[in-house]
Formats: sequence, structure tokens, C-alpha cells
Amino acid sequence: MPDTTTKSAYWQGVRNGLPFILVVGPFAVLFGVVASEAGMGLAHIMGFTVMVIAGAAQFAALQLMVEDAAFGLVLLAALAVNLRMAMYSAALLPYLGQAPLWQRALIAYANFDQTYAASVAQYEARPDWSLQQRVHYFFGLATPIVPVWACMTLVGALIGKAIPPEWALDFALPITFLGLVGPALKTPAHIAAAVVSVVAALAFAGLPSGVGLLIAALAAMITGAFVEVRMGRPAP
Amino acid sequence: MSYSNAELWLMIALLAVGTFLIRFSFLGLIGDRPLPDWVLRMLRYTPVAVLPGMVAPLVLWPAANDSVVEPVRLIAALVTLGVGYWRGSFLAGIGSGAAALYLGLLLTGQL
Repeated sequence: MPDTTTKSAYWQGVRNGLPFILVVGPFAVLFGVVASEAGMGLAHIMGFTVMVIAGAAQFAALQLMVEDAAFGLVLLAALAVNLRMAMYSAALLPYLGQAPLWQRALIAYANFDQTYAASVAQYEARPDWSLQQRVHYFFGLATPIVPVWACMTLVGALIGKAIPPEWALDFALPITFLGLVGPALKTPAHIAAAVVSVVAALAFAGLPSGVGLLIAALAAMITGAFVEVRMGRPAP
Repeated sequence: MSYSNAELWLMIALLAVGTFLIRFSFLGLIGDRPLPDWVLRMLRYTPVAVLPGMVAPLVLWPAANDSVVEPVRLIAALVTLGVGYWRGSFLAGIGSGAAALYLGLLLTGQL
């Protein structure tokens, strides 16, 4: 009964995707609030959040635009934040690479931290699953996350202007980014990269907005790769 | 921000296309061809390479305090990072950081 098993894979995905709402919801509200405080209109905010659907990159672009960084630098920095997703795409390839093109396109649209981590873990645990089951599981994971992301951004955008400055929302963005960085410091190489990023960004803070960050990011990536090689971790 | 309406839409469109192409890359375009090790190695460090550098000036020189060090925000930032690292959890990190921020603002009479 391939039909019933793919159905159950889908619903299993939905169930496993539900807890991520707790992370994605507040993050989305925050983006809506910060973007509307920065002066973006509702159409821009919703277009941004639905089409790009990548929280950290959206915040990064927003911050640099508030600082009036040059167009190309904003684009580069925000896309650099998303480069990790190329790795996710590579990780999904062995499991989903044979799916039809339209399915792979949809999967790519919903390929972000949570869906990637949860799906690869599941595929490793269930090597007996068919391609169809894997695809349906992935769509199941995305089903609760994507609408919550969009709706909660809308909520944030609508309440944003009503929040008084004493609430220190200027600091929502730094706290959000640091909340992402803390758990990501998994190895000495990650820590070394983060330290170089901070030191270089501060050292080059006098350069036009966004330029110092790109130099810092590049130096930090090279540092991470270098430390990894020196510590003898095998390439994946 | 001084970005015009049209510039904002162009930025959103380019970010959308660029982000999609990154996500689609291997699944859709590159296929099974293996990538050099050094590329994968660099990709692994992109989040910790970009985000800390972006956040450091905001923490040390917050615009809300005329770009001078402000102890409450600095402590809240360290709490967020420390708890996030210790618990390995995004929610624990931002929850503790926000609590530290508001507690500090209350104690210093800024709230």
C-alpha cells in the first residue's frame, strides 16, 4: 500500500515540524517588528518574508540597509549568510535528487535550518523509505513552519509601530543573532572563526558600511577552514 | 534608511532569486558532481563568520546609546551568547538575554 505509507510519512513530517513553530514564530514576529520600525511598508515586509524566507539573512539585509550600506554590499552580505544552505542542498541530494524537478524546486524553497536538520536525521534513521515517502515527509515538515513564518511576520509588522522605544527593541536584532551564534559554536574551528569575525569587524568598523563585514567574514571563513585542517578533522 | 521603494523591491527580488539558487544548487543544478573539499569546508563556517562580525559593533556601540558602550546591553549580549552556547539552544539564549536586558533596564531606571 504505497499510498497509505506516503500519507503517513507526510503526517509524521507535520508532527515533527510542529515543535519548530516555537522557534520560528517569535523570530518571525521580531522580523515584522524590526522591519516596520526601520520604516519598511507592509507590502515590502511581507514580500521580503515570503519570497526570501530566511530569517537571519533578512535581518542582516535590514540592518545594513538601515545603515545605508551600498546596494551590492547588502546583497552580498545577506547572501553570504545564506551560503550554508548550499551545504543543506548537497546533504539532501542523495535522498531527494531523483524527485521530479517541480518537487525539487518546492523542496529548495522550503530548504532551511529546521527542515534540513529534521529531514536528514529522519532519512538516516529510515533507510527503507522510498523516494516518495522522503519527499512527502519533507513537505510534511514544511507544512506547519512556512505559514506560521508568514503569519507571524504579519503580526509583528502590524504591532511594530505601537511598541515604545523604552522597550529597547533596538537590541532585538543583536540578541537574535547572538542566539543563533551560541549554539553554532560547535567546535574550536567554529569558535576561532567567530573570534576572527568579531575582531576584524571591529578593526574595520571605520570603512564604509558593509565593507568591513565582508573582509571580516572572509577572514573568518578561512580561519575556520584552516583550524579544521590543522586539527585533522576529515572532510565530509 | 534612504532606500527608495523601487530599490527595496529590487533588493527583495534579487535576494529571493539568489537565496533560491543557493538552496536549489545541488538539488537542481549541480547534481552529483562532488565539490572540492575546501569549498565545503568554507561553507561550513559561513554563519559563524558573518553573524558575529555583524553583531559586534551593535553590541559595543549601540545606536540607542549614541554609539557608546552601554553596560546593560553589553551584559544582555554576553548572557545570550553564553546561555545559547551552554544549552545549545536558540530559545534558551534569546530568552535569557531578553530577561537580562529588561532586568538591567529596570534596575537602572531606563524602563
